[in-house]
Amino acid sequence: MNERPADIGDLLRPLAPQVLGVVVRRHGQFDACEDAVQDALLAAAVQWPVEGVPDNPRGWLITVASRRLADQWRSENARRRRESTAAALDGMDAAPAADVDRAGAEDDTLTLLFLCCHPALSPPSQVALTLRAVGGLTTAQIAHAFLVPESTMAQRISRAKRTVAGTEFARPAEAERTERLGAVLHVLYLVFNEGYTATSGPELHRPDLTREAIRLARQVHRLLPDDGEVAGLLALMLTTDARRPARTRPDGALVPLAEQDRSRWDTASISEGAALISATLARAPVGPYQLQAAIAAVHAEAERAEDTDWPQVAALYRVLDVLAPGPVVTLNRAVAVGMVDGPQAGLNLLATLDSDDRIAGLHRVPAVRAHLLEMAGDEAAARGAYLEAARRTTSVPEQRYLEDRAARLPR
Amino acid sequence: MKLMLLTYGIPATGANIDGTEDTLLAEIVETGEWVDRAPLADPALTRTVRVLDGAVGTTDGPFAAVAEQLTGYWLVDCESMGRAIELAALLPGAGTVAVEVRPLMDPSGMEM
Repeated sequence: MNERPADIGDLLRPLAPQVLGVVVRRHGQFDACEDAVQDALLAAAVQWPVEGVPDNPRGWLITVASRRLADQWRSENARRRRESTAAALDGMDAAPAADVDRAGAEDDTLTLLFLCCHPALSPPSQVALTLRAVGGLTTAQIAHAFLVPESTMAQRISRAKRTVAGTEFARPAEAERTERLGAVLHVLYLVFNEGYTATSGPELHRPDLTREAIRLARQVHRLLPDDGEVAGLLALMLTTDARRPARTRPDGALVPLAEQDRSRWDTASISEGAALISATLARAPVGPYQLQAAIAAVHAEAERAEDTDWPQVAALYRVLDVLAPGPVVTLNRAVAVGMVDGPQAGLNLLATLDSDDRIAGLHRVPAVRAHLLEMAGDEAAARGAYLEAARRTTSVPEQRYLEDRAARLPR
Repeated sequence: MKLMLLTYGIPATGANIDGTEDTLLAEIVETGEWVDRAPLADPALTRTVRVLDGAVGTTDGPFAAVAEQLTGYWLVDCESMGRAIELAALLPGAGTVAVEVRPLMDPSGMEM
């Protein structure tokens, strides 16, 4: 399924948004340009391993994409040949990319991200378009990642492209910039989570979305080094991803944080994430991603589960609950409060969610309740709550984990 | 998220023969939410299979002997349960008997 050798793919993907940015700027028509750039990427994936990588890979891709556009436009009806097209054709065989400096190209990556995460698109469409236009993944790869047929994903992407086709290729105005950047970060967070969730079975060969999300977050961080939330999201990804080698057993079963073999955690990733978040917290206005990164860093820095600085975790969740209140934050805070002030305190906090419609039916409520009840020694009630959580989850490995926990307890 | 819309009807009445499904299909193919669908043949053609002590036994007709039968399914990949309910409400079965919206199990999950 991965048509490109890994090294060529690694070379191509960062070039994808740079090339697309140049081509869109030069010729307009985001929709057609995006198709042309995909064609150029595919051509490179076929030709470069055989013929060698050209001296100016970006220029090569821009030239090939521009020729594809020209071919496409020439074959179209003359009626549709507008002035812009004629002008575009004139410049078509110009020297490749001599006019593009590196800073300009990187700038386009961010503009493209804003475009792909346009508020007119639903989150699944934002994710799909981002992975294709900015991530340089093929439609087949994206479809495979989300376990849907290629035709479904192709349709979703082409509709998304049409929806944003009329949007000016420019950075959003300052007034809406924070909100738009929020959407970009949310999309990268969704991509990361999609990749981070443990999979077992025939889905093993899904493309590594976690790596892709981190790569894109790094790029955004490089372009906006002063933005605390960008840095926070990158740090959150790095410290979370560090646990990946330890969080599943060879058979795919989930290992809870408290039982993970911490010697298998990726220490380089933890150090990088922890250093980034402490430097960021010291200088930027605090935000939700930074707080989540700080919490992940506290967990990551404990050598053993029992060394975890729970008062610190509880304090960070308290701030998060003020800054970005929501039932999921309260849920996580209940775990930390249970560790600091005892299980009953955690259960009391959890009880405040009983009437919260936003979280009604979510399996994590009984899962956390079960955990706290087990800590409190009420094994029969804990068993019932684990089983309730197991019934409510729609995840196979989570269900297996919750059923295992229930089975450890007496009836 | 992937959800299955299960349409129920009273097969003999032909309650599900309607152009509405085509309109819905066109819409969700266009949005990139459609994965699969199929109407089911008449329940009279159903064989119900049971294995008892290693012996395969079959009976004619569906498992549940009720008037309202499963008449077809739609597999969609959409943003939320809310969106799936919107789609289900557009199916003719919803106006006659009922449409069930059932989430599929996901092969992945998060550690706790």
